Amino acid sequence: MSDPITMVEAVNLALAHELRSDSNVVVLGEDVGVNGGVFRATAGLREEFGIKRVMDTPLAETMIAGLSIGMASQGMKPVAEMQFMGFIFPALEQIICHAARLRNRTRGRLTCPMVLRAPFGGGIRAPEHHSESTEALLAHIPGLRVVIPSSPARAYGLLLAAIRNPDPVIFLEPKRIYRVAKQPVADNGEALPLDRCFTLREGSDLTLISWGAMVKETLEAAEKLATEDIHCEVIDVATVSPLDKETLLSSVSKTGRCVIVQEAPRHCSVGSEISSLISEQALLDLQAPVGRVSGYDTVMPYYKLENQYLPNVKDIMETVKQTLEFA
Amino acid sequence: METVYQGEIRLNRYLDKEGTPLQAIPQWACEPGWLTDCYRNMVLARALDSKAIALQRTGQMGTYASLLGAEAIDVVCGMVMRQEDVLIPYYRNHASQMLRGMKMEEVMYYWGGDERGNAAAGAGEDFPNCVPIATQSLHACGVATAIKARGEKRVAVTMCGDGATSKGDFLEALNVAGAWQLPVVFIINNNQWAISVPRAIQCGAPTLAQKAIGAGIRGEQVDGNDAIAMREALQLALDRARDGKGPSVIEALSYRLSDHTTADDATRYRENAELKQAWEVEPIKRLRNYLHNNGWWDETQEQSWSQEVNQMVQRAAENYLASDTQPVETTFDYLYAELPDSLREQRDWAQVRAMQGGSHDE
Repeated sequence: MSDPITMVEAVNLALAHELRSDSNVVVLGEDVGVNGGVFRATAGLREEFGIKRVMDTPLAETMIAGLSIGMASQGMKPVAEMQFMGFIFPALEQIICHAARLRNRTRGRLTCPMVLRAPFGGGIRAPEHHSESTEALLAHIPGLRVVIPSSPARAYGLLLAAIRNPDPVIFLEPKRIYRVAKQPVADNGEALPLDRCFTLREGSDLTLISWGAMVKETLEAAEKLATEDIHCEVIDVATVSPLDKETLLSSVSKTGRCVIVQEAPRHCSVGSEISSLISEQALLDLQAPVGRVSGYDTVMPYYKLENQYLPNVKDIMETVKQTLEFA
Repeated sequence: METVYQGEIRLNRYLDKEGTPLQAIPQWACEPGWLTDCYRNMVLARALDSKAIALQRTGQMGTYASLLGAEAIDVVCGMVMRQEDVLIPYYRNHASQMLRGMKMEEVMYYWGGDERGNAAAGAGEDFPNCVPIATQSLHACGVATAIKARGEKRVAVTMCGDGATSKGDFLEALNVAGAWQLPVVFIINNNQWAISVPRAIQCGAPTLAQKAIGAGIRGEQVDGNDAIAMREALQLALDRARDGKGPSVIEALSYRLSDHTTADDATRYRENAELKQAWEVEPIKRLRNYLHNNGWWDETQEQSWSQEVNQMVQRAAENYLASDTQPVETTFDYLYAELPDSLREQRDWAQVRAMQGGSHDE
């Protein structure tokens, strides 16, 4: 049995595995080399694989994304790190106008097998611009995949899959749970499927749908509710775009009730899309309106107020109960 | 105080506007072979340009970006690069694209609203046209990073306009190219106009080439209307990059003899006198004069090549006009390597809708 590791260690393990098994894989970004990344996700990689495979870049996010596109067009598999998702915005033109479309606009002549990793979300008392959850901005873009792990094992298996995927993947790492829980992760090179939800807990009364760091609170809420004889199914969406509609719809069809839990603001969010999907395609199975637990539609507050912004277990339990009480 | 750095930017030119040598001509340009080919290609590029504009004006092609006035720059680029090099163009590179293997009708596909123009097998690993300004400069650095990482003797060549040098992407590209000494060549087609904004108010620096100095790489200006100067500069830059001696910036001075695109009307912001003056120094006439003066090209050749070129362009236009429209499902089929399940329903519906004749303009 392997030793239990944290999510950030699992990311490191997956990167090392792919660097070892595929000479086209390179890691690049700000401080990913000697420093091993500000969260140490790339610790030790430069020592093992050298500066040609683990590249400290100049401090320029647009460049990191654009460079990765050029490398990917040559058949390399760049895994680039955006130090924080709050700094991804200069790279959006490269991601949206080029990475997401290179295959489509060349009818497959050129492709863009790159991964862009970024830690995201609140809860670690970080400075301004370090705590937002803007996954919906990217989930809106055709041609991209947006993948969010919620445990060490899923971080390992999904990152392997992302690196091996022939198309661009935005891999968002919920930093609040980078070191929260440990889990044994075998370094066996086995990828997990992309574009698939993970059903983490089965239940018949209501479907709880979440992703990223909020999966932790969602599972805790489900555990507590079970002691009250309320049995929730818990689904980790994992790939927020493209969506695994099938798993979501069949669960909701089974339970008839659904609550979506996300850290991001509610307006035009991934939760909005899932909610409308369920309304469009499972209306007759629904016994109550889709419930939503989310961040406020405000600017992410500075860290003294961030815990008042982030949803908690109680919020989830209450919304579940309201949804169950709906006639 | 001590001077810690001093830089200089030099401008090279061999021919005056009449095609008369201003300095000793390089050996290769003292014989007709390469230069006559270059001339033929420039004439062909201009003929394609006129045809594309005519197609646009008659509603048979979409908005088109002309390369009128940039023929020497782009043809030399297409001729001097090796096949194994990689071109990362902007949107005025039809000539180099053709010379590197794209068919003329494939160039037309792109401007005719059909992605298959970018799919041209002859384009190899070259990037397709790039509309978002200067973003391609970074792709060139990525290609060059891959080339360098693999220890190959290839070069990434990218082009942009004068306006693009104001963008962060261009400067970030120069910066990383210098920091990593990448095998990349940046050609700036300084045609003096970024749509309606003239070079004088685009940037406070006296030259655009000097932006290279800030990135620790070599930069120079050449007369982009002078094919000999253009080849000398590009050959040197390519050789250096290929030999691991790092990147270069070539600011090629030209003049946009056309509107920005067919959707633009330059008479709104540009003096006719300036345009007239620019026609005096344009690249095709200059090279023709030089060839003429050396007895390498005469009126008979001119006429017969002109006829041949017009036929080639006409055939390409006919092929372009005869092309079918891609089926609507192709909109889905190249989005990812495999169609995600979530898109199946939309794809199926798009096909049904198309079969029923469904269209926005029905």
